Amino acid sequence: MNTNSSIAAVPAVNDTTSDAIIKARGITMRYPNGVTALEEVSLDIPRGELVTLLGPSGCGKTTLLKIIAGLIEPTAGEIRVNDKTVHGPGPDRAFVFQDFALMPWATVLRNVAFGLELRGVPREKREAVARHYINEVGLSGFEDKYPNELSGGMRQRAGLARALSVDADVLLMDEPFSAIDEQMRRKLQEDLLSLLRVEKKTVIFVTHSIEEAVYLSDEVVLLTRHPGKVVKTVRPGMDRNASPDEIRRDRRYLDAVDDIWSQLKQYLR
Amino acid sequence: MVKQKPVVLSLLAWAVLWELAARYAANDMFPALSAVVQTAFELVGLQSFKNALFITARAFAIGMLLSVLVGIPVGALMGRFKPVDRILNVWVNIFISAPLTAVVPALMPILGIGEATVVATVFLFAVWVIIIDTREGMVGINRSLLEMARSLGASRWQMFTRIMLPSAMPEVMTGIRLSVVRGIKGVIIGQIVVAVVGFGALFESYLHSFEMARFWALVMIVFLLGMVMMGLIGLAERRLTRHARVR
Repeated sequence: MNTNSSIAAVPAVNDTTSDAIIKARGITMRYPNGVTALEEVSLDIPRGELVTLLGPSGCGKTTLLKIIAGLIEPTAGEIRVNDKTVHGPGPDRAFVFQDFALMPWATVLRNVAFGLELRGVPREKREAVARHYINEVGLSGFEDKYPNELSGGMRQRAGLARALSVDADVLLMDEPFSAIDEQMRRKLQEDLLSLLRVEKKTVIFVTHSIEEAVYLSDEVVLLTRHPGKVVKTVRPGMDRNASPDEIRRDRRYLDAVDDIWSQLKQYLR
Repeated sequence: MVKQKPVVLSLLAWAVLWELAARYAANDMFPALSAVVQTAFELVGLQSFKNALFITARAFAIGMLLSVLVGIPVGALMGRFKPVDRILNVWVNIFISAPLTAVVPALMPILGIGEATVVATVFLFAVWVIIIDTREGMVGINRSLLEMARSLGASRWQMFTRIMLPSAMPEVMTGIRLSVVRGIKGVIIGQIVVAVVGFGALFESYLHSFEMARFWALVMIVFLLGMVMMGLIGLAERRLTRHARVR
């Protein structure tokens, strides 16, 4: 295997580590059956940026995201959020799930307000907050619907609204659009970018789609598998305020896609 | 309603057959259906019937309540904790398939000839299926729902009451519905074995005095009560699990 280990261990490119909201240091994940999912992964996530973890399936990108979320305890290494070590889930991070993770017995309104419900926020207050974010993600009018009455795209909008309504600094999105059909996925990608212009969040986004990663990200972190390691970081550098069509035709967009593909394909066999 | 037609027809055919057979046989031990139905209406007016109904309903209710209160937590523990499951699974599977009727007489010396034995019988008949179905429901909980609640800072108790219980509700309700059938069997069998309380005492006395019309009338009433119970539980089940079914 021709993994470039000199790049792997160093949180490359971004020198302004002081403004990193999340710092991962030496994250190793080894399962009892001997499989090493992640080895010595170190990363800095700059505040206010959207960083994508991209790699083939089995590269540990979802595992890394769940470690950052505090849902999985790593075998070794440390995650720091706002310079505090992570020992579990916390109000500074909110998770968006691949399969939406909506409670089928609860309405959109209750699902979106669930984080605040768990914190004991009074009903009226939490529902007002939930309605605000339901509106922001474009789900107005569906407050009283149940998840099974919604399309996949709408369900993920609800999942996103739930993550936003707990007012976390960081959104952790685990392949959020992969269960959604292609056209709707594009729409959701565009809507996510315009939403993030309003809501100043740091986002870590896991995907296996190169186009999705480049389109959405300020920075793309490439991971390889067996074991999962960081091989490269790419900053596409397009103008984030341009229209979606302009971004997709931008030279830098196309170059970044090519660059990432040529990197990744050597690990695929 | 259209679907019910064959059921009604089948019941009607059966009723006609009984009536004709009984009239043809003209035997005191085999009363005609019309006589049984007529007796049933008289029976429900009797004070002895009302007392028996009250005693039976109370024993059934207490036994079922205990079954639910024990069955759901035990099933939940088995579903969520492997060691508990390993210890209890074999016992639950023995008891759910065991012919418990044989055990009931052995309860009498311990619990006495009275309500306690009947309640215990209901419990013994009903609790296992609740445990097994609750366990099933708890095993099948969507992992990402648990992760979702955890990532939002849910406590263990919140996790149980707001994610696990509602998730497992379809299976729990199925278990309760099935346990009601078993509980009805349990209360009648318990009373017949004890033989001095409730419907059991009535069955016994009608049989000994050869009041067969009353005997069959009581059988019919007990069948009917069972069916009404099932209908009510089914209704509650549909209401509670309308949306949880979709996964």
